[in-house]
Amino acid sequence: MMKHPDETIDQGRRDWFGLAAAATAAVAAPGVILHLASANTAPEAQPASSAVRWGLLIDTNKCTSGCRDCVDACDRENGLDLQTKPPTEAPTAWADQKAVWVRKVKLADGLTGRVTNLPLMCQHCEHPPCVDVCPTGASFKRADGIVMVDRHICIGCRYCMMACPYQARSFIHQPMHDQLTRVPRGKGCVESCNLCVSRRDHGLPSTACADACTAAGKGAIVFGDLKDPASPISLALKAMPSRQLREDLALNTGVRYKGV
Amino acid sequence: MARALMSNPGRWAGVGLILLGLCWTLAAQVAWAGDAQHFVRPGSKAATLGGCVEATPFMRRNHMELIKHQRDITVHQGIRGARYSLAGCIDCHVSHTADGQAVAINSKQQFCYACHAFAAVKVDCFDCHAAVPRGGPLSAAASGQGATSERDPRGE
Ligand code: SF4
Ligand code: SF4
Repeated sequence: MMKHPDETIDQGRRDWFGLAAAATAAVAAPGVILHLASANTAPEAQPASSAVRWGLLIDTNKCTSGCRDCVDACDRENGLDLQTKPPTEAPTAWADQKAVWVRKVKLADGLTGRVTNLPLMCQHCEHPPCVDVCPTGASFKRADGIVMVDRHICIGCRYCMMACPYQARSFIHQPMHDQLTRVPRGKGCVESCNLCVSRRDHGLPSTACADACTAAGKGAIVFGDLKDPASPISLALKAMPSRQLREDLALNTGVRYKGV
Repeated sequence: MARALMSNPGRWAGVGLILLGLCWTLAAQVAWAGDAQHFVRPGSKAATLGGCVEATPFMRRNHMELIKHQRDITVHQGIRGARYSLAGCIDCHVSHTADGQAVAINSKQQFCYACHAFAAVKVDCFDCHAAVPRGGPLSAAASGQGATSERDPRGE
């Protein structure tokens, strides 16, 4: 078959273009590399890395009945204090249905009568059942171990809420209005503790709940990197006995408890 | 044929109507295009800047692709404050009332609403995302300004 004359390649022209492109690249490249290098130093420009695994260690001996400082701090951090009861909803129903990312739980030993107080949030499981059951891939685990919901993909089926052994997830039933810029939230999606993900992305050292607990003088919550053997959380885990809640499920939770 | 047309006033009226219709459609388009110039609200940061993060014609057609791609990078990789962040769009394009309150960017005649109403495309972003800058990239507590709530009067 004969080639159409238009399709034959003009090698001279090609070479010239190649040369021109190379020259352009040579001129542009130093600028590009400089730009990338300067952008990369900011923590918010770094992707979440599997070199770390974020976790919490909660000392239940230091957690007291009636104190809600961690819960309130979480609410403020994530704009959950901006939720308002829909006029049609009964107060009791609202107390049940409004989103909570961390709850205060009281455990009572029926035999000895010993009462333990603890804050319960998403346990950031290494093998999260909520991720296993999600039909859309919305429930996912980040490289740094944070388990969260991509609300863009969540269809609100609430399978994950049923699968979570810790009742850590909430569903938003009503249209939302007063969200914070850093915590988009909306009707029809599931949400839960994300270990203050905007703080993580900006390279800050702690979570709202841990800060509040420290500020209250209790110091019951330690946040840190479970993969760094020298981090305060790893040292504390090594020094003192601790447990995972429902460790029989072998989820390898990122949140650990002392004194339970 | 031409003679037949000319001899038939009814046909002429028909052609005239069609022409009138076309002219009206064109005029409406031109008027809308003129409006589009003003979709950038006076008093917003965007009104003081020479250009958007990309060329305006490109942004008009492709902003949704940019922010859709960016959202995956932000949610899954935790990369924030990037060139195509939706929070950046809102920061720059939001306008303010006389007493300095931010006006929801998707409310009537505001930046998002105006074009989307013209294009008859529903904006879902603000079912979840704040339509005014609220709270900043870090909480007051995280940036060391104490434990205050970020409840503010709602910009509508
Ligand atoms: S605690 Fe529940 S929501 Fe959190 S990762 Fe485990 S299963 Fe998922
Ligand atoms: S509610 Fe959303 S995150 Fe949960 S399983 Fe369904 S789609 Fe996945």
